[in-house]
Amino acid sequence: MPSKPSLGLRIAFITGMLFLHFPILVIVLYAFTTEDRTYQFPPPGLTLKWFGEAFERQDMWRALLLSLEVAGMATAIALILGTMVAAAIYRFEFRGKDVVTALLILPIALPGILTGIALLTTFKRLAVEPSFWTIVIGHATFCMVTVYNNVVARFRRTGHSQLEASMDLGADWFRTWRFVVLPSIATALLAGGMLSFALSFDEVIVTTFTAADQKTLPIWFLNELFRPRERPVTNVVAVFVMLITFLPIVLAQWLTRDTDDLHGGGKTS
Amino acid sequence: MSMVDRPYLAIDDRPSTIDTSMPNAVELINLSCHFGSVRAVDGVSLEIRPGEFFSMLGPSGSGKTTCLRLIGGFEQPTAGRILLFGQDASRLPPYARDVNTVFQDYALFPHMNVRDNVAYALMVRGVGRAERYRRAEEMLEQVKLGGLGDRRPGQLSGGQRQRVALARALINKPRLLLLDEPLGALDLKLREEMQIELKALQRSLGITFVYVTHDQSEALSMSDRVAVFNQGRIEQLDTPKRLYEHPRTEFVARFVGSANVLEGSIIGLKGKYALRPERIRVQPGHHGGPGCLAGELLDVHYLGSQTRYEVRVGEQRLTAITSSDETDLPIGSPVTLSWDPSALRELEVSR
Repeated sequence: MPSKPSLGLRIAFITGMLFLHFPILVIVLYAFTTEDRTYQFPPPGLTLKWFGEAFERQDMWRALLLSLEVAGMATAIALILGTMVAAAIYRFEFRGKDVVTALLILPIALPGILTGIALLTTFKRLAVEPSFWTIVIGHATFCMVTVYNNVVARFRRTGHSQLEASMDLGADWFRTWRFVVLPSIATALLAGGMLSFALSFDEVIVTTFTAADQKTLPIWFLNELFRPRERPVTNVVAVFVMLITFLPIVLAQWLTRDTDDLHGGGKTS
Repeated sequence: MSMVDRPYLAIDDRPSTIDTSMPNAVELINLSCHFGSVRAVDGVSLEIRPGEFFSMLGPSGSGKTTCLRLIGGFEQPTAGRILLFGQDASRLPPYARDVNTVFQDYALFPHMNVRDNVAYALMVRGVGRAERYRRAEEMLEQVKLGGLGDRRPGQLSGGQRQRVALARALINKPRLLLLDEPLGALDLKLREEMQIELKALQRSLGITFVYVTHDQSEALSMSDRVAVFNQGRIEQLDTPKRLYEHPRTEFVARFVGSANVLEGSIIGLKGKYALRPERIRVQPGHHGGPGCLAGELLDVHYLGSQTRYEVRVGEQRLTAITSSDETDLPIGSPVTLSWDPSALRELEVSR
């Protein structure tokens, strides 16, 4: 029987949603304001001129491009390493597997500041100058975990007997990978990749430790906040960043929604 | 290769497909497979003839499935050898063996439709699309799934998935088909239908079936010969009839058709004896006489055409099954059990 939520529940729901999304609404609204210094409410007028100004900013474009490059490269590395690790964890039984699994998840649980310090110290010790690649490596550490999590979950849902069936029907390891494994983890790879991309794209803490003078988009934002002269420009860029990170996450969720359970049931002896 | 166009009733009149002039389809020589300290398969030797319907029967953990997986190439033997059609296959990977498998969970590929599932073996071998789809349709017709090629496995019933798995395994025309409890997930009625169909299919294709099951009636009704597994070893390898009529060990007697195992002492003999419940006669009251045992009726189960009696004789509890008649024996009443001396089978002392 469908029942209507009580009044209290509704108020709680609306309060929760406002708490989560009000600040975002503020940013969207003030991307259009005519007043450039204060967040006066209601905005004295609405305009599109900040969009034009934002597009004129070469430093913004450089930061955006750098962020896209870093996120793309970190995601590529994460896809390869994450899948390999997931396959190994799924396929083999070995001593200390639980510990290894925990260690794999750790980078995403570890505060970014620790990851940052650890990486910085390591790079210093190895005499590696901070560069584009040190940022990529830093991001790849937590991106890999996202890919690993997605892929290993899919592996667990894919019966091991499917691999055996493929080989039983004449496919060697390579063809089994190509025709059975890859198609069944494809959406998990896509989802993991998109989440990785989104994570890397708005990462600040690890980046501050691993970058030299490069400004990724989030760093550019931070710097802009100290120069409040053109605040609405930042808001315009923020709206775009939201779209760039929000869409992949929604897509990723949609791709990993529950699929058919295909097992015939019955016990194994 | 038409499957079942002859009536089922004629099955037993047809000549056996077993061919003795060819090398054995399967030969296991002192085969072992240990996982750490677990001896899943522990020194198994057997020969399976071409065209034979061979079953491996046993409780779970008895090693029958591991044995099948060794033949399929999914496990590596710890010791011993595997010959397939006279060729040593002990170290060959699954894709290099002329053997196909029907898996217990069917292992259908969920991202492919039924036609692509069935055609998979042909696709891997590089057969062109038109040819492999034609043959896949043919195979689907044969397992009575014509017209379902476009469905996804997830849209099929359990019985239909089972048939897809069968069609997929048979499309390469293997000389040996391994079946790992293929009917385990089906309900009773469907299972009985599929037993008849599988047997008919095996006869008409003339290929060797190696069939793993824990269901003794399934093994008895379908097989030419049955190997009874217990703790990684073969307890007895015989025809279904010999297995039932002449169980060699207590394990076989109890597992195949749940016989009574009699301590010889209560009938004045040495050793242990198997006695089938249906060979025991039950009469009310206590009578003397040779070959008669007095007991007390513990329980009666009326099963329609048959009645099952649980009777306590001294320290032992015996089960008797008789054709039902009008007599009503109250629980707790004295009864007399008797049987033909030829019904007793002496058992080997267990290892």
